[in-house]
Amino acid sequence: MTVLARIDDLYISFGGVAAANGMSFAVNTGEFLAVIGPNGAGKTTALRMVAGILQPDSGRIIFNDRDVTSLPTHVRARLGLGFTHQVVRPFYSFSTIENVMIAAGHRQTESPWRALAGRSREEARMKAAAILEHIGLGEQIDKSPRALPLGQRKRLEVARAIALEPRLLLLDEPLAGLSSAEAATMADLIRTLPASGITVVLVEHNLGEVLRVADRIVVLDAGKVLAEGAPKEVMARDDVRQAYTGVV
Amino acid sequence: MSAYVASIVSVVGINMILALSLNIITGFCGQVSLGHAAFYGIGAYTAAYLSKLGVALPLTLLAGTITAGLIGVVVGLTSLRVRHDFLAVTTMGIGFVFLGFVRKQKWLGGELGISGIPASGLDPLAYALLIVGAAAAVIAFTVWLKRSWMGFTFDAVADDEDAARTVGINVSTYKLTAFGIGTALAGLAGGLYIYFARIILPDTFDFVQSIAILTMVVIGGTGSVWGIVASTIALTLLPEVSRAASDYRLLIFGAMLMLVMRFSPDGLAGLVRRRTTP
Repeated sequence: MTVLARIDDLYISFGGVAAANGMSFAVNTGEFLAVIGPNGAGKTTALRMVAGILQPDSGRIIFNDRDVTSLPTHVRARLGLGFTHQVVRPFYSFSTIENVMIAAGHRQTESPWRALAGRSREEARMKAAAILEHIGLGEQIDKSPRALPLGQRKRLEVARAIALEPRLLLLDEPLAGLSSAEAATMADLIRTLPASGITVVLVEHNLGEVLRVADRIVVLDAGKVLAEGAPKEVMARDDVRQAYTGVV
Repeated sequence: MSAYVASIVSVVGINMILALSLNIITGFCGQVSLGHAAFYGIGAYTAAYLSKLGVALPLTLLAGTITAGLIGVVVGLTSLRVRHDFLAVTTMGIGFVFLGFVRKQKWLGGELGISGIPASGLDPLAYALLIVGAAAAVIAFTVWLKRSWMGFTFDAVADDEDAARTVGINVSTYKLTAFGIGTALAGLAGGLYIYFARIILPDTFDFVQSIAILTMVVIGGTGSVWGIVASTIALTLLPEVSRAASDYRLLIFGAMLMLVMRFSPDGLAGLVRRRTTP
């Protein structure tokens, strides 16, 4: 199995508090990896460092055999690192389909001059419509994101990330705030992504769904990796249970 | 067409280019600028200085456009560091820096500005038509830009810069592009102005002028094109048709800004859209 991404000895602190404290783990091509851990373990921080939203104090992030540690977010996105925000961030002035079109047209927006020369949005519209249909928002394409309930906004966030044709998709708590039925549907949906060539790293608190859909788990605690491996084996470990519950 | 009408048409055309150029920065890309008159001034001073050296009209216009655009990109760098109201205050400061600079430069005429600017070589009517042609070209360009992928991307940047980055948009480059294009066109307006006025004074490019340009944009509808075209015509003609409106221009502009903000924040364009859309 080949390694698609690797984070190597990452350190970052906020106001003297270490959110990543020598964090290292790898993501294999084609897998569905879940990153879990108690509150404050550094899960979201890890994801945001890989996406380029946060810059680590030290350490390296390797993606597709390339050191991307110092690259800005938009360059990483174009290299194939997709990211969805924990708190959904649709473009509220756009319709639902336009939100996906702006990502689907990433070749057009690569440089301002190319963007100025191009006007046809038909290809991007067709691509966006197909993604929205696949993700269950086919009926909502002309609606404002404001008119969508949270569950659908979360789907829109995923649809927008998929439209960038990422090799690695970083999902930051896509199930948070959803009802159990919505969470199960969403988990089923993102579970299908590796089959379409997208490797997934999921940060999530919903352990039930994580254990159901993940191929492999990385457990973080206090900014470093506590355990990693197959979901059932990892969750059976005493140190993991203690980190989660405080008791063995 | 009388000389008077030609002069009115010229001023309308110049104001239209100014308002549409600011609209690219503020309306399309969402970057507030309260110092746009400085770039109008940079274009005017560059063109005026070169015209006095005997440089021909097309080249003075080109030089004014390019100089304003280049300085605009440098000023645009501030937009990479500061946002919203901080950017507004920063760009306002740039307007004052420009005025403070030209007022102290003897080679630019200091407080007296530059006078004795050579004639364009065209009669007033033909020159007015040249300005109208330039304004028409700017309208066509902004309509194209708005419907292009650049306009779409500017919308995304204006809406949420962080989200734009995650969809692969180089936010910094797009912001600098908006500043570069918008300020270059303001420089073009400055170049066109000098052959119309034949004299330039520093105060022509002061803070009030920046606010007047912004007023045209806001009343027309920030981000629209045709609303701004209409508001520019209306606001330029208003002081001409009414002596009282001329005397109380600032007061009236300010009151209109307040009314628009209260009752139709998306300006005339929004008002028309709401009336015509079922």
